[in-house]
Amino acid sequence: MEFLVASSIGLLTTCGTYLLLRGRTFPVVVGLALLSYAVNVFLFAMGRLTINMPPILREGVTEYTDPLPQALVLTAIVISFGMTALIVVLSIRAFLEIGNDHVDGRPVGEPSEAGDKN
Amino acid sequence: MGDWIVVPIVLPAVVAALIVLAVRHDIVLQRIFSITSTLALVAISLVLMIFASTNAPEMYALSDWPAPFGIVLVLDRLSAMMVFLTSVLGLGVVLYSSSEWDKRGKHFHALFQFQLMGVNGAFLTGDVFNLFVFFEVLLIASYGLMLHGAGAERLKAGMQYVVVNLTGSSLFLVGVGMIYSVTGTLNMADLAIQVANIAPGDAAILRAGGLILLLVFCVKAALVPIHFWLPGTYANAPAPVAALFAIMTKVGAYSVLRVYTLVFGGTAGDMAWLAEPFILPAALITVTVGMVGVVAAKRLNSLVAFSVIGSMGTLLTAIGLFTPEGISAGLYYLLHSTFSAAALFLIADLVVSRRGQYGDSLHTAPVFHQSGFLAVLFFIGAIGMAGMPPISGFIGKLQILNAARDGDTMIWVWSVILVTSLICIIGFGRAGSVLFWKSASVQGEIVVEDANWPVLPIVAACGMLGCMIALTVFAGPISAYLNGVADQLFDTSQYIRAVLGDGALAQFGQ
Repeated sequence: MEFLVASSIGLLTTCGTYLLLRGRTFPVVVGLALLSYAVNVFLFAMGRLTINMPPILREGVTEYTDPLPQALVLTAIVISFGMTALIVVLSIRAFLEIGNDHVDGRPVGEPSEAGDKN
Repeated sequence: MGDWIVVPIVLPAVVAALIVLAVRHDIVLQRIFSITSTLALVAISLVLMIFASTNAPEMYALSDWPAPFGIVLVLDRLSAMMVFLTSVLGLGVVLYSSSEWDKRGKHFHALFQFQLMGVNGAFLTGDVFNLFVFFEVLLIASYGLMLHGAGAERLKAGMQYVVVNLTGSSLFLVGVGMIYSVTGTLNMADLAIQVANIAPGDAAILRAGGLILLLVFCVKAALVPIHFWLPGTYANAPAPVAALFAIMTKVGAYSVLRVYTLVFGGTAGDMAWLAEPFILPAALITVTVGMVGVVAAKRLNSLVAFSVIGSMGTLLTAIGLFTPEGISAGLYYLLHSTFSAAALFLIADLVVSRRGQYGDSLHTAPVFHQSGFLAVLFFIGAIGMAGMPPISGFIGKLQILNAARDGDTMIWVWSVILVTSLICIIGFGRAGSVLFWKSASVQGEIVVEDANWPVLPIVAACGMLGCMIALTVFAGPISAYLNGVADQLFDTSQYIRAVLGDGALAQFGQ
């Protein structure tokens, strides 16, 4: 199980990083989503991998799973979900205003009108 | 003081909700709510700071859950000072935007209050994961503010800003996860104890986690090589928002200071001063990049944005020394650079709005309305930013040079700071002469859409300059307070005692 979880985190991070470095907004948004999935699974694994254990700490219970990473993941999921929604809206808005979907606001190799102002 | 510690977070949150729900259709009421709330924040944070200056750090346990299980807020000299700084800056920004800027888009004041809540929360919290949450709160509000009254350029810069910060947030979680996996806690005071007693086998994971967190904080603080998001964002943000963002880079600097003196500070055993080898070299390169950018800038707003990078580098150079003198000097420069960056962004906007079709490009244009008066303001702001006497920037840089005098890094710090100050003077001198002096001989007419110049923005910009002058006049008492801050940061047992009590301190071995 350790190998499966570790390699899936690695795969998600790799794909996420690759997509994040693309020039158009859609792959970047998908890359950010993949990266946040990788982070969520990673946070889970930080509480150690256990199966079928109660997230309880009290007298008499010796086998349990750490509840705190689960709470952290829940917070992280809520935040990354909201952020994904925001960036989707933002990239649509940017596409409508700028007229293309490049992160730099222009296709590669084509200077924009604003290019020389910076 | 007890319950008052949470007020700087709760008050803006409640006011923001009120503004959205109750008065969203009435801009005048929004302004009244927002300004009143910010004024109250200034008063409360002043009282908190006076309290903190004479007392040991104090803790507020949210929902009364005892530390380290619940989340705590900690008021010590550093956090009290940062909250006060935020509210004073916030007051200037809200006054500036209340004449015209807040009408260019919706919900300016609500987002502004949420931003204050996030920044204050980040300064007050004593829990690493809660720091992440408040980072998100302030970022979410800043995304909204950054895009206020949108436009193609602003959307483009905003998109990049959001992507960079979302990536930073993912890294933050990775760092937090790694630290939690080997220490089993996220409370900063408890972390300080656990890190000192870490098992040798876990040290590598902890070190990696600590350095990933450092990377995230440096993204916020715009340290080279991860500064690239700042010029585009700040230069294209609405002026009052850019002025408010002057505190956002300081949140990064504050986090570095807090985590790498308390958790990974002198008591951390093998992990002691984890950030020390990285901050100083990166900061020195940052100063250089920022100040060269000031000379190279072709637009007034990007000139100011690059000077913000330069000042962040200067401030982190001082913090990067990790000595009490260095930190005290760095904090003085932090106060100064917040006000001077905010003042310059506001003055730049006053100039740009009066230049009509010439906008913020650094080309000569005909004489504009109030050119002489604004030239004086720009001059004061510029000599402050460049660190020339008699304004506070000079005192700040002098203290930094003095703090670096005894170390082996002296030659680097002195040469970089002094040479970049000269470069900065050249950059600002060139911009000022293009904007104000050379315009006298230019023929032509400026076309402005709305030639009605309200007084309030000028008052706000002068207020920011006034804060710099106050920093200069009261440099003695302020430095005394800052020496207290540095002492408290280096004596981490005070912080740990406030959060966990004396019992935990015995375990800490002091």
